[in-house]
This record gives sequence, C-alpha cells and structure tokens, in this order.
Amino acid sequence: MLTAEDLPRPPYKTYHEWYASQDTAHLIRKTQDAENIFRKTGITFAVYGHADSSEKLIPFDIIPRIIAAREWRKLAQGIEQRVLAINAFLDDIYHKQEIIKAGRIPRELIEKNVAFLPEMIGFKPPGGVYTHIVGTDIVRTGEDQFYVLEDNARTPSGVSYMLENRETMMQMFPELFAQNKVKRVEDYPRLLRQSLAACAPPGCTGRPRVAVLTPGIYNSAYYEHSFLADQMGVELVEGSDLRVIDGRVKMRTTRGYEAIDVLYRRVDDDFLDPLTFRADSALGVPGIMDVYRAGNITIANAPGTGISDDKAIYSYMPEIVEFYTGRKALLENVPTWRCSEPDSLKYVLEHIEELVIKEVHGSGGYGMLVGPTATKKECSDFAAKLAAKPGNYIAQPTLALSTVPIFVNKGIAPRHVDLRPYVLVSDKVNIIPGGLTRVALKQGSLVVNSSQGGGTKDTWVLED
Amino acid sequence: MLGRTANGLYWMFRYIERAENIARLVDAGLRVSLTRAGSSDEDWDGVLQSAGVREAYSEVHAELTAANAIDYLLSDRSNLSSVMSCIDAGRNNARMVRTALTRETWEATNEAWIDLKARLSKKLKPTDMPELIDVIKNRCGLIRGAFHGSMLRNEIYNFSRIGTFIERADNTSRILDVKYYVLLPSISQVGGALDNFQWESILRSVSAHRSYGWVYDGEYQAANIADFLILNGRMPRSLAYCYAKIVSNLGYLEADYGERHKAHDTAHSIKAMLTRGSMTDIMEQGLHEFIEDFVGRNNQLSAEISDGYRFNQ
Repeated sequence: MLTAEDLPRPPYKTYHEWYASQDTAHLIRKTQDAENIFRKTGITFAVYGHADSSEKLIPFDIIPRIIAAREWRKLAQGIEQRVLAINAFLDDIYHKQEIIKAGRIPRELIEKNVAFLPEMIGFKPPGGVYTHIVGTDIVRTGEDQFYVLEDNARTPSGVSYMLENRETMMQMFPELFAQNKVKRVEDYPRLLRQSLAACAPPGCTGRPRVAVLTPGIYNSAYYEHSFLADQMGVELVEGSDLRVIDGRVKMRTTRGYEAIDVLYRRVDDDFLDPLTFRADSALGVPGIMDVYRAGNITIANAPGTGISDDKAIYSYMPEIVEFYTGRKALLENVPTWRCSEPDSLKYVLEHIEELVIKEVHGSGGYGMLVGPTATKKECSDFAAKLAAKPGNYIAQPTLALSTVPIFVNKGIAPRHVDLRPYVLVSDKVNIIPGGLTRVALKQGSLVVNSSQGGGTKDTWVLED
Repeated sequence: MLGRTANGLYWMFRYIERAENIARLVDAGLRVSLTRAGSSDEDWDGVLQSAGVREAYSEVHAELTAANAIDYLLSDRSNLSSVMSCIDAGRNNARMVRTALTRETWEATNEAWIDLKARLSKKLKPTDMPELIDVIKNRCGLIRGAFHGSMLRNEIYNFSRIGTFIERADNTSRILDVKYYVLLPSISQVGGALDNFQWESILRSVSAHRSYGWVYDGEYQAANIADFLILNGRMPRSLAYCYAKIVSNLGYLEADYGERHKAHDTAHSIKAMLTRGSMTDIMEQGLHEFIEDFVGRNNQLSAEISDGYRFNQ
C-alpha cells in the first residue's frame, strides 16, 4: 500500500485515508462478521485427506488489493495475447503441428505428455475455441512488472471467491464503493453463460441449453459449481444424470430426457468418458466423446487443453506466444529450468536452496519444494527424488514478489500475493477486471494455495 | 427439473421433518419419565419403536436405559434416523439441490446444521434437554418458515411438500402402530389413570395435547384420539391432512406436466379412504390392520412417486 517513502501508492490513496479514520477494534469485528457471512452461506471447500475437517473456510482479508487502471490495461493486453496464443497452439498441435515442424518445441514433449489427447487430433471444437475459461496466475514484482506463474487452461477454480469477496466487501463497507470507482466483476456469471452459449455446437438448433457438470457434493470445489449454475440459471448436473440417447447428451428430468448443448464441465479429462478415457470413472458420461466429435455437444474447456498449461510446456510459452502472434510476449515468464535437460538438472541440484521446484503435473501447492524456506533435510530428500526422476520436475528462482497489506490484530502487515484474473473466450476475449487475489497469510511465506493456509481478498481494478 | 433434484428436495424435506418428529418423540418420552410415578427406563421401548429404531438400538446397546435411548435418538450418527443424522442428511440433500433453493431456505438449513452439530456433538446432560429439544424444533421451524416465505410455488415447492407429508404420515402412523392397543374401544371407553397417561403421551408426540382439548372439549377418549390422528382434516399431523396435501401437490405437478402417474391414483385412493371412512368402519376392520395397511400403502406411494418422476434412473 505504501511507497518506500511511506506514502500511499497512488491507487491506494483514497482507501488509505479511509483506513486511517477507522478504529482497529471495529475492523477486527468486521473480520469476524466476514467469517460469519462465509460460514452461513456455506462458502467452504473440502480439504482432501482431512476427515475431521471436511469443510473449511478460506480466510478472508478485509483490505482490498487495488490495481490502477493503467497497470490493469497493460496486464489485460498481455493476458489476451497469451490466451489467444494458447488457443492457436492447441489448434496447431491437434492439427498441423507446425510449431513442432519448425523445431520450436520437441515432438516428444507433446506426444509423450499425458495431457496430450490423441482423441483430439484432427478435431476442431465448436467455434474453434479450446479454452473457454482461463485463469492466469500472475505475480507482481514491481511497478508494471508482472510474471505469469501458470496458465490454468483446464478448469480454473476460484471465481466464486472473486464474486463472493466482492459481495462481502460491498455488504460490509458500502461507503468504500462510493469513494472509489471500482470496476464491476458482478457480470461474470451472465458473461460466462453468454460466452458458453456463443460456442454452441453445430447440432444445436434452438436456444443453446447450458449445464454445469460437477463431480458432486464431496468435490472440493462443489460450492463453486453450484454457485455458478445458480448464478447462470442453468442446471447443475452429475454424470449419473446424463446419458447419450439418439446421438445427443441428455439429462434425466422429472419429465423425461432433455438434450444439453453446452456442458461446462468441472470434471477432469480422465473422468469425462469411461468409454474413451478411464473406464472406472463414474463421474462422466459414457459415449460423450462420440457426441462431441459428431458436433452435437460443446465441452468447455475442450478435452486435451491440459497440454497447454502443463508445467513442462510452460517454459516454452515465450516461444509459443511469439510463434503464433508474431510479437514478443507482453507478460514475462518466470525463468524455468527443465530438469529433464542434464545441464539444467546439474544447476538445479547445485542451487536447490535458492529455487522453487515443482512437479510437472502437480497442482495445489503439493509436491513442491520452496528452497529458501526448506530445511537442509527437506532439500536433500527432495534432491534424491529429483535425481531419480528429473523429467518430473521444473525449477524456478524465487521472485522478489511485491507484497500487499493485510489486516492483522495489530493493524496492517505486508504479505505476498498472487493474482488470478478470469478470462472468457468465445468469438471474443473477455477479461474480467479484477480476479482472485490469493495471499500467503504466514509471514514471509510464498505459498498462497488455500489448501496450504492461504487466504483471499477482494481485488479492485479502478476506473480511470 | 432434474430427477435427481426432485429426489434431493423430496429427501431433504423428509429428513428435516423426521428430525423434528424424533425431537417430539423424545420430548413426549421425557415428559412421561418426569410426571409419572414409577416410570422406568422401559418406557423408552415405545419411543424407540415409534421412531422405528428399536431393533437397531439393541445392536448398539445391550441394555435399555433412558440416557442411552436419548443419546441414540438425538446424537448417535450410527442411527440413520437420529436427529443428528437427519440434519446431516437433510443438509447434504440441500447442498445437492442448492440451485433449487432460495438463499434464505439454504441458509436456514445450513445454520441449523452448524448449530445442532455443535450442540449434539457434546455429551448430552439431562438438564440441557428441554432447551435442546426446543432448539431442534425451532431450527426446523426456521427452515420451514424460510421455505414458506420465500419459495416460488412451483414444482420445487411441490416435491418438497410431498416429501414433508409422506414423512409426516409415516411418523404419525408409526406412533399409532406402536400404541394402537391403548386406543381400542374394547379396553375401556373412559380411561383410567394409566390410559389417560398413555393417551396424553400419544398426543404430545404429535404436539396435539392442547389442540385435542379445543376440538373434542374435555375428556380423553380412545375413539376421539384415534379420530384426531387419523381422520381429522384440520389436525396438521393427521393422516387425512397429510394426504390432502399430498394429493393437492401431486395435482399441481399433474397440471404442470400434463402427465399422470400411478402415484396419482394411489394417493387418491388413500385420500378417499381417509375422507370417506369413519372411525366405526376402521374399528370394525381392525385398527391394527388398518394402520399396517396404511404404512404399506404410504411406502408404496413413495416408491411410485420416485418411479414416476425419475428420481433415480
């Protein structure tokens, strides 16, 4: 919030004046209020492997993260460029594979990747869109300086928190929204529905019927699935509700089976169709891939998009962006060592205490090593795993992440954050001004994942 | 609406209704042990039977004691009909059909679960009982209030109501099934002290001990009590009342969907039996046989509704 001279950074100026006039005890009460709102509403997530604490709240911080209009514009341009490049890349690797032929990406990296689906080769998804919804993870290291951490082009989660955080802030501090001109995020569900409907399959004749596919109430993100279906005004379906009948995917209603045109699925590729992928999946729909290939349903995001946000592919993103857009990437990539390459592996093993090492297919902050905060033993244990299967890992330097203020009982304290803006792709690209700011609540920590003790806060993009 | 959603609504409201009914049964049981000289732990036998868990109880507890019975009925999660299990199951169903519920209905359900989970996970003390029973009833009342005050009167409402009344009819008929012998005219027309006691306990378990007095002014009489619980169309927990509601809600679905199922015929014939019959007829047929037959038909209707509206496959 403050500059080196202890003055509020320009976007925080109005907020800072308001904050200075507040009583700390009152704000502590407000923090408690916020928690009650979340618990009452049931905005919870499940932590796998914790039977006793099956539903948890994500801690909410009452100080908004504020982004100036100018800074946002720059960010949005970079995100748009990247998202367009990802779609072009997916189209290319499932068709002509020119990027491989041009020698910019090694063939085995694509074709031996578990996220690459041979079933998608030669198939063009409706509207040519692969990633209908993207949540790009970004960190800021300084004024106008952003790095992309991950592209999240499969099924990015967390958008319900973006919306509920805003709702909660507006309930608790309405005066702040009168004083600051904050761009709206509330339109997201409506835009999502429009965007999904705009990608209806060729076989859809009437008004596109959209549904959200959830693995069910025990999934960690179930709240979000029901929230989005509710806000969009569409059905929330499970695999057991769906069946392929007469070449269409249909849902069992109280009046018989009715066809669905667009399925926003929150089920992983592997589980989507037991006839094509994992045969033991009870979460998907047997035969849905045939319907998809026949042009009678849209699956969002398309199966096989995972190849584009794979951590091994990530390191090639600057080349990918340049290859398809003909311009240098506007957003920077974090320098990445691919441990599959002997020179990189040697470097990583020698500098393990300085690096963040991640599993290529991991997510949720699990299976990673943060060198600077790890013990000697943790480092040496990890080095052994790394040496055994180097292809499974990438390494990145720890960035000098900028911090934002959070509210603690003594007042405010700086913490590291990232930012996940949400992008909708149809015949156009729509970036919602704001996103989910995740914050590492532990002092000095760099891990923002909710499963690892991270929190969230409202994210404001100011109008000019 | 999805068949699974209709199923979820139906069961959400069955479980909420059951939670409340179990609390009433416990309340009536406590009352007996408080007011009757020479009452014993054996009095809980009837309560467990009315709750439909007498056998299951024996599998967990070798001896019948008041404390164990109360714990089993209120907080034991191994008992699928305990208040705790019902609130859990009701809320899980609510979570599944959340998109069909108003925010107020969902929040009342979620808050009931948060509150009751905290209260029922503690060791239950006899002194806390009156308050605990009140809280359970209040929480269920808040869910019902939010539901009535905020839900559209559409198919969602109809399936919820049908679940409520199938459950309630089941509950009232179980109470009658366990206690039918004290309602037989052959025993006595005007009861002795023991009968009065039994009768009051029956009425309490359906929260009707005062309203009985308004309707039949004065004395407890076996035939009147049976009439009140079975045929009286104004008593909200009577079989006749439940079936009037079931038939009207099934009727709305029929009109909406333009589709009639086997369930409609079954519900109509049960309702006809309850509106046209008299207590004299029922007693002639045999009260016990009548109730057993009713319990079976009520279950059959539940299965037919599930089939007709494609609850599962």
